[in-house]
Amino acid sequence: MTRWTPDPTFYPSPSSAAQAPSEAHAYVALLAPGGNGQRDGIGVVDTAVDSPTFGRLVGRLDFPQGGNELHHFGWNACSSHLCPYAPHAHAERRYLVVPGTHSSRIHIVDTKPDPRAPALVKVIEGEEVMRKTGYAAPHTVHCGPDAIYLNALGAPDGNGPGGIFTLDHETFAVEGRWEKDRGPQELSYDFFWHLGHDTMITSEWGTPNMVTNGVDPELLLAGKYGHALHVWNLRTRRHEQTIDLGADQQMVLELRPAHDPRSAHGFVGVVLSLTDLSSSIFVWFLDREARGGKGEWKARKVITISAEPADPALLPPVLQPFGAVPPLVTDINLSVDDKWLYVSCWGTGELRRYDVSDPFNPVFTGSVRIGGIVHRTAHPGTPDTPRNGAPQMVEVSRDGRRVYVTNSLYSPWDAQFYPDGICGWMVKLDTTDDGGIALDPNFMVEFEDGIRPHQVRLAGGDASSDSFCFS
Amino acid sequence: MHVSHVAALAGVAQGVDITVTVWPWLMLLGLGALHGVNPGMGWLFAVALGLQQGERRAVWRALPPLAAGHAMAITVAVAVAIGLGRVLPATAMRWGVVVALAGLGVWQLCRHRHPRYGGMRVGARELTTWSFLVATAHGAGLMAAPFALQAQCGANAIHCDSSHAAHHGAVAAVTAPALAATAVHTVGYLIVTVLLALVVHRHASGGAGLSVLRRAWVNLDMMWAVALVLTAAAVAVA
Repeated sequence: MTRWTPDPTFYPSPSSAAQAPSEAHAYVALLAPGGNGQRDGIGVVDTAVDSPTFGRLVGRLDFPQGGNELHHFGWNACSSHLCPYAPHAHAERRYLVVPGTHSSRIHIVDTKPDPRAPALVKVIEGEEVMRKTGYAAPHTVHCGPDAIYLNALGAPDGNGPGGIFTLDHETFAVEGRWEKDRGPQELSYDFFWHLGHDTMITSEWGTPNMVTNGVDPELLLAGKYGHALHVWNLRTRRHEQTIDLGADQQMVLELRPAHDPRSAHGFVGVVLSLTDLSSSIFVWFLDREARGGKGEWKARKVITISAEPADPALLPPVLQPFGAVPPLVTDINLSVDDKWLYVSCWGTGELRRYDVSDPFNPVFTGSVRIGGIVHRTAHPGTPDTPRNGAPQMVEVSRDGRRVYVTNSLYSPWDAQFYPDGICGWMVKLDTTDDGGIALDPNFMVEFEDGIRPHQVRLAGGDASSDSFCFS
Repeated sequence: MHVSHVAALAGVAQGVDITVTVWPWLMLLGLGALHGVNPGMGWLFAVALGLQQGERRAVWRALPPLAAGHAMAITVAVAVAIGLGRVLPATAMRWGVVVALAGLGVWQLCRHRHPRYGGMRVGARELTTWSFLVATAHGAGLMAAPFALQAQCGANAIHCDSSHAAHHGAVAAVTAPALAATAVHTVGYLIVTVLLALVVHRHASGGAGLSVLRRAWVNLDMMWAVALVLTAAAVAVA
């Protein structure tokens, strides 16, 4: 569909997007781990504060199968469509592109005309994805100015390399692999870009064979999981730089570049340090003076979150030898104004908030606890119910006032760290201007047995869905 | 609408009454201006580069390459039309133009693609190429083809229906109005592009941002596609 005026959810700049109205709905990936007989799908949660069904699951679309291992998903179109070199201002933000990392299937979900009753309009089978791209296990989705970009964790045989591929943003036709020269890049996890600098950043987890049977302690202790960032020229599609964070920095996951296209920095979370089980946040940045003025991308550790000592009796077998709970930072999110960073600690059960106005000197300003491997902290709305799982996928509203969190990571790994099984929940937090953060006691969505929530996308866009060409 | 103007334009080559020939030049100027208005054809790119680099000079720097690329697109299309006009019968030429215009118009109504080229770190060469590709893909040059076609007819008025008209003496007479058409069109494009780029950049960098785009950016691509189809129809029935 083409429109007469631009889609009202497209904003030229991050500062204009921050003025957007509150989201009416949240879409959440619901996954039924392989073999439990249930089906995957997309849930619709009412997020309108004045609605009688606020904080409840008000719609659900079931996919034909379960066991896809849904993970991240994204929109067909967003604010990047206003970019001047490839303007598609009159496209609609309408379809959710939902890949499954285990099946390699890509589901296209229509959120109109009724946002509470999304419909499955197309399924691209995994066989087609693998045949046309040479990749398997599609993971992250971002709406680019000229196409829908996805990345994949590996190759059809379960080894590397993983990489980027694109879909036509009108027909959803699979266009094939994106890279023209991948250099030494082999591992893949997340990708995002600095549109103002024609630069793409990718991160590293492990190939499908390294992750689908759970974290492999041998590979981990040998430092074989990903520990680098890759820098690409978005225009020429060529690998330009590898930034190695050090082999002890295992699993370099979620990438959150600054939204302002003039800024050339971003944040990435590292799950585990082999030296002390801590998690960390690195900032990557363009050193414009380096290499005689040609510039060089660099990275620096700016946040370290320590492991918490614990009684081994309370720990799952995988952690008992260590007598400690690692924080396991598995997701982070950056507010649209680039001032606040939210950090999920899926091991210790904490959501942290940092003031990153100065990206090199973050200030820890607020924290909320819920769930956790040891603590099992309750939600204030149901103070007598211990919660398992912990803050994992985190999403921030465009105005930065609300934060949504779900509690499952990746089903083979869920079973290792929460062997009693994840009881799925989604919560909302409210933020204050002084850096505070608090759980909304009236918002606790509990999902039925066997269904786990993963990434959240907010209707109209959120802090990790849109990118901008104007500051 | 264009064809009558084109016929008048052709009159320039024959040295007919100047008052009859002003109108088609204004039309060419207007077509260029219409291209200039479209944010997808250049001025918004200049604004973005100005904001990204934090200086008004970046807006100015972007304008000459944008205009050059646009002019090249028109020139190439017109040259191709003239070249084909030399070897093809006039009827075949005419229907070829009709099919090309209508086909491009209908395709643009169904699909909304742009050349995949460009980014925010571009120099003059990339900007020129981008502008050339975008103008070509939009059919800016193709829109000028009927003018070239008719200019050739006008230059060889009595042989217009002959497939093997004697062209040799008429090359200059054909080329001159074609190049003039390109120049006039590009002036129209450049004037509007410069004005919009400077005004919007001033407005946006003054703190107001570009939120005006959210309402004011009407779908000129769709209008343009309709114009392509209508021009095809006009050429067909002329």
